[in-house]
Amino acid sequence: MDTNILFIFILSIFIGFEVVSKVPSMLHTPLMSGTNAIHGIILFGGILVLADAATPLARTLGFVAVIFGSANVFGGFMVTDRMLQMFKKKKK
Amino acid sequence: MSSTIALIIIGVAVLFIIGIKLLASPKTARLGNLVAAAGMLVALLTLHQPAGEYVWSQGWTLNYTLIAIGTLIGLVIGAIGAYSVKMTAMPQMVALFNGVGGGAAALVASLEFFKRAHGLEGLTPFFAVTMLFATLIGSLSFSGSAIAYLKLEGKFERPMTFPGQNIFNGLILLVILGLCGYLTINSSASQATTAFGVMFLLALFFGIAMVMPIGGADMPVVISLLNSFTGLAVAADGFTINNLSMIVAGTLVGSSGTLLTLLMCKAMNRPVTNVLFGAFGSSGGGGKAGASDLGGKTVKPIQADEAALLLGYAQQVVIVPGYGMAVAQAQHQVRELSDELGKRGVEVRFAIHPVAGRMPGHMNVLLAEANVPYDQLCEMEAINPTMDRVDVCLVIGANDVVNPAAREDKSSPIYGMPIIEADRAKTVIVMKRSMAAGFAGIENLLFYKDNTRMLFGDAKASLQTLITQLKAS
Repeated sequence: MDTNILFIFILSIFIGFEVVSKVPSMLHTPLMSGTNAIHGIILFGGILVLADAATPLARTLGFVAVIFGSANVFGGFMVTDRMLQMFKKKKK
Repeated sequence: MSSTIALIIIGVAVLFIIGIKLLASPKTARLGNLVAAAGMLVALLTLHQPAGEYVWSQGWTLNYTLIAIGTLIGLVIGAIGAYSVKMTAMPQMVALFNGVGGGAAALVASLEFFKRAHGLEGLTPFFAVTMLFATLIGSLSFSGSAIAYLKLEGKFERPMTFPGQNIFNGLILLVILGLCGYLTINSSASQATTAFGVMFLLALFFGIAMVMPIGGADMPVVISLLNSFTGLAVAADGFTINNLSMIVAGTLVGSSGTLLTLLMCKAMNRPVTNVLFGAFGSSGGGGKAGASDLGGKTVKPIQADEAALLLGYAQQVVIVPGYGMAVAQAQHQVRELSDELGKRGVEVRFAIHPVAGRMPGHMNVLLAEANVPYDQLCEMEAINPTMDRVDVCLVIGANDVVNPAAREDKSSPIYGMPIIEADRAKTVIVMKRSMAAGFAGIENLLFYKDNTRMLFGDAKASLQTLITQLKAS
């Protein structure tokens, strides 16, 4: 394995800790929801696997993975936006 | 990897990091979410295969039709889920989206495992381990999230425990790890498929077994933990299919989710192991720990008209919302009450406990929905030092987060947990449906204090009466 990838992996761990350490607790739910949407990038994994699928079983499981990943990423960002929309409204 | 793709990946990573960073402030949070979504869109449009060619320029096959249909189905399910869910059920929705993400991660890893195991190059131990890790973590996140969802929906909220549970779960985990060890060495053996199938099912079962003994009140911690698990599974998938964006995104979620989980446990003053391995559930007797101290004390009920009078003539009122407010969908009535009091010159603040409700920030989301301005929302640390000057503290459906047992009763399972010190206000009015104990199953000493009055009934109806009374007087 390329050691550069390991380097990126380790740095990402620290960045993840760093960006969250200053979030006020009132934003914890949207933050959890937002990061939940970001791991929806697994949709790409589903797409790449399904693109190469050669057997009916692999196609079926890949198809399910794409549906799951797609629900995760689109639903995740939309539900977070809906949550944050509520935060934005100010008292008249 | 071409330098164009490298630049795009760097751009995507930067968008994700800036997105999470902007989510940290109320003013920029919505923009932050959009920035992260933009990063995702860029990554999707430029999706490339490990060798570097773009996925979208490969020529159309059956598989691409399936990709398009699957993505569309997921999009529709996601949109319906995201836009139809009530604000009060938001935590459940996050649990579900997290669960399907974990499921996808497990499926991707499994498919890749078999493709590689039977491929020409075979499977190196490193890749076998990452794939098995992603399968294990992803599938337990899937089933665990499903149980968390059901618990938040009110199904088997109580911890489900039996003697020797931790040992039983430990043994299952050992079997799973044993199978993983076997598969790492014998990835192409003829029994590998069976071993893999058993491992997958056991991992699903382990997710259920892990979450079942945890009470509904601890679901925020569980969802946050499973969220970071899914992130790690996605990162592991990124290693196996050599996709840098997935490694970066998954790792960011894994580490930030882990920190968030720890912050939440810290707010409850419990180590994460204590939450996960059931202090509340398995200690059994702990549930009634506070009961003996109550002596002959009884609670003092109050009628709505008297409560309205107390509130109307107070100078400082602090409202402590809890899960009961969410259940009763009473956030709009709470806002109306606060406005009505504001008109009468009463200073109203909201005290938000970090773990009130079913997710951190759950109360903030609900109150924001009802248009309560942020400057009225105060964190526990800001409210407590001023509590002695507060005339009336109105507790709406909160229980464990205002229980003075956390300060006074060393034998209580919540001893040492930081609480909103409602009992130090001159008068405390607790709105509650009945005398049932909170989620933690602990008797609340607050209800028996001399300065506490209980206003029984549905929170929404009681608030409506209070508003009517205030308007009339």
